[in-house]
Formats: sequence, C-alpha cells, structure tokens
Amino acid sequence: MGYQGPGHKTASPATSAGDGQRGTRFGMAFFVQQLINGLTLGSIYGLIAIGYTMVYGIIGMINFAHGEIYMIGAFIAVIVFVLLGMAGIGSVALSLLVVLLAAILITSVYGYAVERVAYRPLRGSFRLAPLISAIGVSIFLQNYVQLAQGARNKPLAPRLPGGFTLFEIDGFTVKVSAIQIFIWLLTFGLMAVFAWIIAKTALGRAQRATEQDRGMAALLGIDVDRTISITFIMGAALAAVAGVMVTLYYGVADFFMGFLAGLKAFTAAVLGGIGSLPGAVLGGLLIGMIETFWSAYFTVEYKDVAAFGILVLVLIFRPTGLLGRPEIEKV
Amino acid sequence: MAAMASAPAVAVAKDAGLSALVAVVLAFLIVGTPTIDSPGGLVAGSRLGTVALIAGAVFALRFGVLIWGRRKGEGTRGALTSALAARSAPLLRPLGFAALGFAFLLPTMPFADRYVVDVATTMLIYVMLGWGLNIVVGLAGLLDLGYVAFYAVGAYSYAIIAKTFGLGFWACLPLTGLFAAFFGLILGFPVLRLRGDYLAIVTLGFGEIIRITLINWYQFTGGPNGISGIPRPTFFGMPFTAAPRDGVTAFHEFFGIDFNAEHRVIYLYFVILVLALVVNAFTLRIRRLPLGRAWEALREDEIACRALGINPTNTKLSAFAIGAMFGGFAGCFFATRQGFISPESFVFFESAVILAIVVLGGMGSQVGVVIAAAVLIVLPEVFREFSEFRMLVFGAGMVAIMIWRPRGLIAHRDPTLRLHPRGAGG
Repeated sequence: MGYQGPGHKTASPATSAGDGQRGTRFGMAFFVQQLINGLTLGSIYGLIAIGYTMVYGIIGMINFAHGEIYMIGAFIAVIVFVLLGMAGIGSVALSLLVVLLAAILITSVYGYAVERVAYRPLRGSFRLAPLISAIGVSIFLQNYVQLAQGARNKPLAPRLPGGFTLFEIDGFTVKVSAIQIFIWLLTFGLMAVFAWIIAKTALGRAQRATEQDRGMAALLGIDVDRTISITFIMGAALAAVAGVMVTLYYGVADFFMGFLAGLKAFTAAVLGGIGSLPGAVLGGLLIGMIETFWSAYFTVEYKDVAAFGILVLVLIFRPTGLLGRPEIEKV
Repeated sequence: MAAMASAPAVAVAKDAGLSALVAVVLAFLIVGTPTIDSPGGLVAGSRLGTVALIAGAVFALRFGVLIWGRRKGEGTRGALTSALAARSAPLLRPLGFAALGFAFLLPTMPFADRYVVDVATTMLIYVMLGWGLNIVVGLAGLLDLGYVAFYAVGAYSYAIIAKTFGLGFWACLPLTGLFAAFFGLILGFPVLRLRGDYLAIVTLGFGEIIRITLINWYQFTGGPNGISGIPRPTFFGMPFTAAPRDGVTAFHEFFGIDFNAEHRVIYLYFVILVLALVVNAFTLRIRRLPLGRAWEALREDEIACRALGINPTNTKLSAFAIGAMFGGFAGCFFATRQGFISPESFVFFESAVILAIVVLGGMGSQVGVVIAAAVLIVLPEVFREFSEFRMLVFGAGMVAIMIWRPRGLIAHRDPTLRLHPRGAGG
C-alpha cells in the first residue's frame, strides 16, 4: 500500500526546482508555485467530488466505489494512449480527444452498471445496505483491475509537454505547465456545463425533482430509475475526466489510486456542502490547496492526516458544509 | 403452453444478451488489453478470449437469475427468509453449545494438526473482532469503518509496553483494552453526533490516520518495518521454549513432557477461545442491562430515544468504547501470537472483513458472527489455490449478500424483550 494518493508528487516540482536554494522556501515565488500546484490538484478532486455530491444529492447514499471509477478512467487513459502509440498516431490533440472520449464512454458504462447491479436492487432496503454494497463494489473493482492489469504502477511518458514561465524571484522560477492550464479550463468548463444542465434542462429539473421527493416525482411522470442512472453516468464521466487528467499530470496509474483520492474527494464534497455543485469544486480546491501547502511547508508524510483532520472538523462544526443547506430530520 | 412460455424466454434471452454486451464494453479494454512492461515503455497485449468468457458468464448468470426470479416470484422472497429465520431461531442455542463443545475438543481431534489449529486461532481472532464490532454496528447501529484502528492500538500498545517495561502478556492485556477503549472515547466523542453514513466515512478517516501515523512515526512504532521480537505469552509464568533462561521453568519441564512446538499453538488457541467467550458472555449479559437495551433502542429510532430521556451521545460513546476495548484485546492477542506487527496488518481491508463478518452474520447475532467468520476466514484457506481471486469474490459476495440477504445469514433483530412471549396469544 505504498501509494499515497494522487498528491504524492505535489511537492516535488517545487522542491526539485528549489533544491539548493532553500532560502526561497518561504518566499513569494514558492508560495505562488504552490498555489498553482494546489489549484491543479484541487481541480482534480473537484471533478471527482461532483460525482459524490450529485449521487448523494439524488439518492442520499455515499457512492463509496466512485474513487474506483476514477481509477478505471485513469487506466483506460493509459491503455488507449498505449494503443494509439502502437497504432502510430502521434498527434497530441487527436490522441487526447480519443482518450477523453473513450474514457468517458467506457467509464460511464461502469457507472451505469455499478448502479444497476449493486445499488438499484437495494432501494428501500435498510439504511446502511447501499453503503456496505458500495464497499463491496469498491473491493471488487480494485481487485478486478489488479488482476486484469497487474499490481505494478503503469508509467506513461508525458503527452502534453510545454508550459510557461510566469516570473522569477531570487532565482526561483514560477512555472505553469500546459497540462495544468488544460486541467483548470476543463474543470471549470465542465462545472459550468453541469451547473447549466441541472439548472436549465428538463433532465436537470427531473434530477432536482427526484432529489426532493422521489415518490412525488414518479407520480408526475418522471422516470426515477432512469434519472438516477443518468446521475451515476454523469458522475462517472466526470470521474473519468479526472482520471485522464491525473494520468497526464503525474504520468502514472495504479489500481489502488482510487481509494485515497475518493476519500479526499468525498471530504471535498462534504466541505463544500454535499448536494451543491459549486460547493464540490470549491471544496476540492480547498482540499487540494491544504494538501499542497501542508506538504510544502510542513511534512509530506502527514498530508493525508491533514485532509482527514479537515473532514472531521468540518463535520463537527459545520455539518452542512460551506455552501450546503441544513438538513432537518423529521419523525 | 409452450408458446406462452417461449415469449418470456425470448425476452429473458434478450435481456441477458444485453447484459453480456455491457460486460463486453466493460471488459474490452481493462481485461482485453493488458498493458505489459517492456524496455521501451508499456505495450498492449491481447486477451480477447477472457473477454468472451466473461461475456458468456454474465449471460448465463443473468439468464439464470431472471428465470429463477420469474419462477419464484418477487414477493415471496422476504417472507420466506423471515420464516426460515423464525424456524431456525430455536435451533440456534443448541447449535451454539455444540459449536462450543467442538471448539474445546478441536485440538484433541485426530485431524487437528498444527495448521488446523492455526487456522482455527485466526478464525477466533476474527470472531472476537466480529463480536466487538457487533456491539457498535449490530447493537448500537453505528457503522464503524475504522474498527481496525482499535485492533492496531491494542497490538501496538502491547508491543510497546511489553518491550519497554518488560511486562508479560497477561499484565498487558487489561492495559491494552483500557488503552483502546480510551482511544474509542477520544475518537468517538467528536464524531458520534454525526448521521450514519457521515460517521462511517469519518471513522474510515480515523482508521487511515492511525495507519499513516503508524507508518510515519518510526521512532515510536518502527515505521513500515513494524515491531519484531514481541514477547510470547507464558502459562503462569512458564514460557513455551525449548531452552528457557536460567531459573525459569519451561512449560514442558514443569509437566515433565517432551518439548513440542505445538504446545504453544494449542495454548494460544485456548487463550483466544477463552477471550472470545468472555466477550460473548459480556455481550449477552449487557444486552439484558439498561445500557444494552438503550443501544438497541437507539439503533431502531434515535429521536424516540431522545424523547424517552436516553442520552444518545453517552450511549453511543459507551458502545464505541466497549467495542474498541474488545478490538484492543484482540490486537493484544494478535501481537503476542505473531511476535511481529507492522502497519500492513491494519489496512482498511481488515475493517471491511470484520464488517463483512458482522453483516453476513446478521447484525446483532452472536452465532451468526461465528458462522460468518468460519465462511470468510476458513473458506479462503480451503481454496488457497484460487487466492488471487479471493478478494474479487469477497467484494462480489458483499454485494450479493446485501441484495439477497440484507439482514445477514441469521436475521436477528426482533426485540430481546417481549410484552407477550411468543405463542402466548395475540
């Protein structure tokens, strides 16, 4: 279990650049560089967190297997990149497009299948049944990928090189890579699209109606099962994008990567207020920042402890999260 | 008749075919194209035969489930299960006593070699952990996904206390239990106000925090290398060694028998058996006390409990602490049995196994936990050659149990106290 989550390299770009010039560790440039790294990691968490928040919003369950869906997205990215490389397709834009589409399509089917097989039969079962089932799915998917693809890390050569040097202070250069910009644009673009879908389209109205009262929504002619399925598919598609991005960013995937990433994305969803889409992205950014800055200024070893500590504190002092609505328990 | 039967059969085949198609889409890349390390980076292989096999298996499974489900009808399933549970309920007590007798006689049986006793000891550790977690999950209804943390606390506190202060197993046992219970209180206090699934995630987070701390605080815990040379248990001060230190009488010398390494294995087996039985007796008694009743009431309806004047936080906290204490005992025993511990033994999967034992056993049922532990711990030992598929089957099994028997093998949730005993009118 040597894997330390997708953030395990967050500190390395900065510290390797800053080696030999420890004096800049507390300088402005170092801070800005960490901000950029944190924003990138946070965007990835945010993308995963949207899936948690949507599923929790609509059926009130924690989709514990969501991290595994993200992991599968990352593996599909690796496989398709390798296949494209073997087919001799060298164009970055084309291969990126193919990888994203393949990952989104296949991972969506995973999201649908998981919901159909493991969660739908449990509607109306006792409260903890779907959560326990989800833990089973998570264990299953992890070992399924381990069996099929092997337990070793899957390295991937950088596909999207390039970047910009923003500025330089005391010999410490602040850099933004092309992939980081790509991740930001994609995250905020997708968040905007999804917010629009939920706010304006018929599908979004059906989702909100199902969220408020499943029985009433069904009476009014909404296909509740289908709406829930689509919610899972949407969440899985976003997780796939996050998986592709993280593979591009760190150049590595392994079967255990979904566990901690999923846990942190859930933390992000809770932090932002579960059920709220902008909240999920906000929470993701905050968790990414906290983790990056903790690794940069304190210790890398305890960065996960920092993230979980935040989760506990948020749940105790503000259980509704930053942008969430209070939940009233009725008899 | 035949024509009428064939129409649903076609529909069923269509449905199953669709499922198989979905399976092909799912498996095509992940299973069908394994990535292989090669000098020039990864290359893709091909394993389409396996994909076809998976598709066929999914088709057959879906077909079978649909046909079987049609024949049985949907509504009868729940009724059948509860009828089965009601009929098996009076059998549980004698079954329990028979199992107890078997457990005590196991080391004397002809087939019981060292390996069998070892597996039985492992199973009993899980039985004990299951009974401990049963208090938290089964009785109090709090889903704890980080139970392994208390197991770890028990194991590490025994290893550290025993190695630092030179105390023996029996002196440390109560200490480790108290220590784990104390941890349970500290961890439980801030989080027990949370709702069910939030609580689950936070306890999971705590389990991870403990594990990460164990890995990184290497001055104290030995880091990833763990702690070795943990003192072995003694029989009233007599060690199980061939050549004891001067002035110490070894077990075999005292009884005037030849030294045999199996003595310790059998002794450890009886230690965990007695420990587990103490836990069981404690649980059975406390269920009849106001505290145990409050736990079960809280599981059923928290708001009603508050209205009746039960303090939910204190009640939950007591369940958490007592469950943690038993986890600590089990951890202490684990450490002395292995003689070596490392963070590898306390990963989330262990929590999931213990939870699966409780859930499969039917939350709240003591006998159910034993049966479930036997299924989950002994069966994988029997099917050792398929060990790589073990976890896969394990995960799928958890889902299947939730779908087909959400109340576990032995559904035991009826009130422990009845106004009118069963059968006495009404």
